[in-house]
Amino acid sequence: MSEYRTVVGLEVHVQLLTISKLFCGCSVTFGQPPNSAVCPVCLGMPGVLPVMNQKAFELALRAALALNCQIAPYTKWDRKNYYYPDLPKNFQISQYDLPFSFEGYLDIPASLDQPSKRVGLFRAHLEEDAGKSMHDESGQGGSTKVDLNRAGTPLLEIVSKPEIHSAEDARAYLEELRLLLKEAGISDCEMQEGSLRCDANVNIHIPQADGSFIATPIVEVKNLNSFRAVERSIRYEAMRQMEQYQKDGKKMGEVSKCTAGWDDARGVTIVQRRKEEASDYRYFPEPDLAPIRITAEMLERAKASLGELPHQARARLQADFGLGIYDADLLVRMGRAITAYFEKVVSAGADAKSACNWVANQVLTTLNESKSTIDQYPLTPGILAGLVVEVQKSGLNMQRAREVYGAMLADGVDAKTAIQKLGFVAVADEAALAEMIRKAMAANPKAVSDFKAGKIKAADSLKGAVMKETKGMAKADLLQKILLDELNKV
Amino acid sequence: MSSPLAERPVRELKGLLDSGAITSETLVIDCLVHISQRNPAIHAFLRVNPEAALAQAKAIDLKRKTGQAIGLLSGIPIALKDNICTKGLTTTCSSKILEHFIPPYNATVVEKIISADGIPIGKTNLDEFAMGSSTENSAFGSTRNPWDLDRIPGGSSGGSAAAVAGSLVPLALGSDTGGSIRQPASFCGINGLKPSYGRVSRYGLVAFSSSLDQIGPFSNDLFGTALLLQAIAGHDSKDTTSINQSVPTYLEELDQPIPSLRIGIAKEFFATGLDSEVEKAIQDALMVFKSLGAKVVDVSLPHSPHAIATYYLVATAEASSNLARFDGMHYGHRSKEKSSLIDTYCNSRGEGFGPEVKRRIMLGTYALSSGYIDAYYAKALGVRRLILNDFNNAFETCDVIIGPTAPTAAFKWGEKSSDPLAMYLSDIYTIGCNLAGIAGISIPCGFTTKGLPIGLQLQSASLTESKLLRAARMFENITPWHTKRSPTFS
Ligand SMILES: [Zn+2]
Repeated sequence: MSEYRTVVGLEVHVQLLTISKLFCGCSVTFGQPPNSAVCPVCLGMPGVLPVMNQKAFELALRAALALNCQIAPYTKWDRKNYYYPDLPKNFQISQYDLPFSFEGYLDIPASLDQPSKRVGLFRAHLEEDAGKSMHDESGQGGSTKVDLNRAGTPLLEIVSKPEIHSAEDARAYLEELRLLLKEAGISDCEMQEGSLRCDANVNIHIPQADGSFIATPIVEVKNLNSFRAVERSIRYEAMRQMEQYQKDGKKMGEVSKCTAGWDDARGVTIVQRRKEEASDYRYFPEPDLAPIRITAEMLERAKASLGELPHQARARLQADFGLGIYDADLLVRMGRAITAYFEKVVSAGADAKSACNWVANQVLTTLNESKSTIDQYPLTPGILAGLVVEVQKSGLNMQRAREVYGAMLADGVDAKTAIQKLGFVAVADEAALAEMIRKAMAANPKAVSDFKAGKIKAADSLKGAVMKETKGMAKADLLQKILLDELNKV
Repeated sequence: MSSPLAERPVRELKGLLDSGAITSETLVIDCLVHISQRNPAIHAFLRVNPEAALAQAKAIDLKRKTGQAIGLLSGIPIALKDNICTKGLTTTCSSKILEHFIPPYNATVVEKIISADGIPIGKTNLDEFAMGSSTENSAFGSTRNPWDLDRIPGGSSGGSAAAVAGSLVPLALGSDTGGSIRQPASFCGINGLKPSYGRVSRYGLVAFSSSLDQIGPFSNDLFGTALLLQAIAGHDSKDTTSINQSVPTYLEELDQPIPSLRIGIAKEFFATGLDSEVEKAIQDALMVFKSLGAKVVDVSLPHSPHAIATYYLVATAEASSNLARFDGMHYGHRSKEKSSLIDTYCNSRGEGFGPEVKRRIMLGTYALSSGYIDAYYAKALGVRRLILNDFNNAFETCDVIIGPTAPTAAFKWGEKSSDPLAMYLSDIYTIGCNLAGIAGISIPCGFTTKGLPIGLQLQSASLTESKLLRAARMFENITPWHTKRSPTFS
């Protein structure tokens, strides 16, 4: 099979973090009893009128700035007309030809093995969500039920250009988008609760001998319930399109665009319907809502509310703390609050790399186990910095250091007190350590000969023997140095 | 049989109530009695709400007796067009599709009336969804003109106009999308005001054409017109198209004549098809204004010949979308036929809507369809701006434009109901006002030789209702037309 290039554009809908719906005062809390968070406006009753939720517009503006979009000075609402039982007015209030933001981009962050990649965005616009239809799936022809709690929930639709070229990049794009939107307080992006939804437009470009390429027909993949599903479905769909092309040779434009559903259990896409002609939504300006002029003041307020964005935080952590790409990314992904905690640990005297390790490992584990957040975490940055410093000074190995950490949490004491209480005193007497090493070498000549034969790992069993004799208290870096010295003497 | 209290001018009735000469209960009972006597012949009311009206009247009388402050409307009963939502009281829009619809909310105007101690006494007939000019397009029977029961009262607010003209009730509310208050006021020999777009909240008015609809008062004198406008005008946070500007004191200003009033005459309002008796009455009215010292200036409204075409594109396009919600899914008529989703939509709407509503939905759907929207809807919006510019230019040189409200007096029942185009032409002089969003009023200015009332239309710039009412009052003050009552029941 020849090589091809995957081409993906993603359409992402995120629910904005408002208290109430886009055009009425109903609550948007997830999981309320069906049809309890509704009112005449979101039920589309006769004579009611929409009133725009200012907070939703502010959040949308904030998102557009975070996504480097151009902001329209003047924007309006449009009606998208179509009939469906979960759309009570039989039109959706959306934005058609004058979205409030357009032409932005999102950078997929660099990793250890690849540089940062820029994905262009066509537009981001606001619209109201529909309700939820629950069809009878028993096959008995039972009635479909409609829950309108979700109807009227504010959604931001973010449409990328087809500039994503692998399943992995699609996932990385979504992860970065989610991080950005969560960090800026725009959306909680919970795919399980439907506050982030994603459709993927997929096709492939097959290079030809003359340097040109052939594009296959675009398939819109829907029903993607996780980032993993996005990744798997794109990989599968690209492969399927290559096989299809080899079978029928059909190119883009020769068959109409079609929609496919992703069957996660079977790991396949299932083509659902061909769109024989574009649906006619009869868009026209919503006469019940005044157009919006976006003022300089609104923009200033939105800019001020952005805070530090993930790519800015990564760059700063690398520049100011000397962290590598990997560590900086690790911290940023844990969120602004934990990053801020890390910074305080460093200001309290801990070395940045060690502080990062402690925060990313022990602190995070503690938070996960207790299901709590960093503001509920019992150790102050100063106390944790004390532990980092003590461990380095005393040369306690990681296992002992973790016991000290455990004692600090359990007893609410600082590192010094915990070490004292545990009676941990590192063995740092060079002569004594050398004697123990020689004894271990004598007891295990095979390890010595293996090491000499180039099996570096063989030294571990000798180190282990000394650790056992010192009950793990041998100062690790010193032990390593003397062991190598002794082995070299043989 | 005593003559109805509602025959008296509203100015006099309010005086009687405020002085305690009559009670609100007396007035409500008197109205209920005359409704029961006269409504079978006129069919102005679709339903009355005697228990609630009497209870409210008694409560207001008690307040008055105990010296508490009484609201502006002094306990006067008011009829409401049946496209204005009333909490707990069936609101049908004269359509089978809403035959049993009981709104769970009051329109803002209803709330305002109640809080000003006005008494909603019942709901009046209209052309289905306000689409028509004769009140013949009602699913619940047509309304007759109190001046001649063989003639139509005009429409679409024919029920409200006939209720006031027949002295069933002193005041009523209608809605005006293309003349639906002014034309029936003209045909019924009473006052009918269409306020500027945005002056009165549309919340709870079942939308026909959102960018054109306005609610306004009917009264047998201008005092009543100003009184009811005073009670219902103002910004409403539930309607963001309502204008956030303070409401003038219409009642206080009403009796102040406008010094050096400039009357605009547009030749476009004296076009072919204008009945000679109507034209004569308008010329006479002009002489009256001249005798009052008004200066007459010629103005030009060059785009008004396109008003009807523009109107029938804008209004039907919006209606096709506004009426999409009546689908039998969540409320209203649902077809009993067991069938697929699409068939349920088709059958419910097919059974629920009358022919004129279907005609307009089809026209509007077509005007918005892809491939046609630019030629029709978009073009109509462009012409609409030109029509507004015409009016703005005209109001640079005059205070009010006067002319006939309708080209003829009331026509016979069934005369135009089979010829939609002839029917549409009866709104030729009233439509521009809605397209431009300005204020307009029809006041009685004479009778034909057959004894049918003739209406004089006055129009003024947006938000200048006070000027409009004062100019109209200058005419009313020295003419007898508003004191005439239909001889049908005497
Ligand atoms: Zn709601």
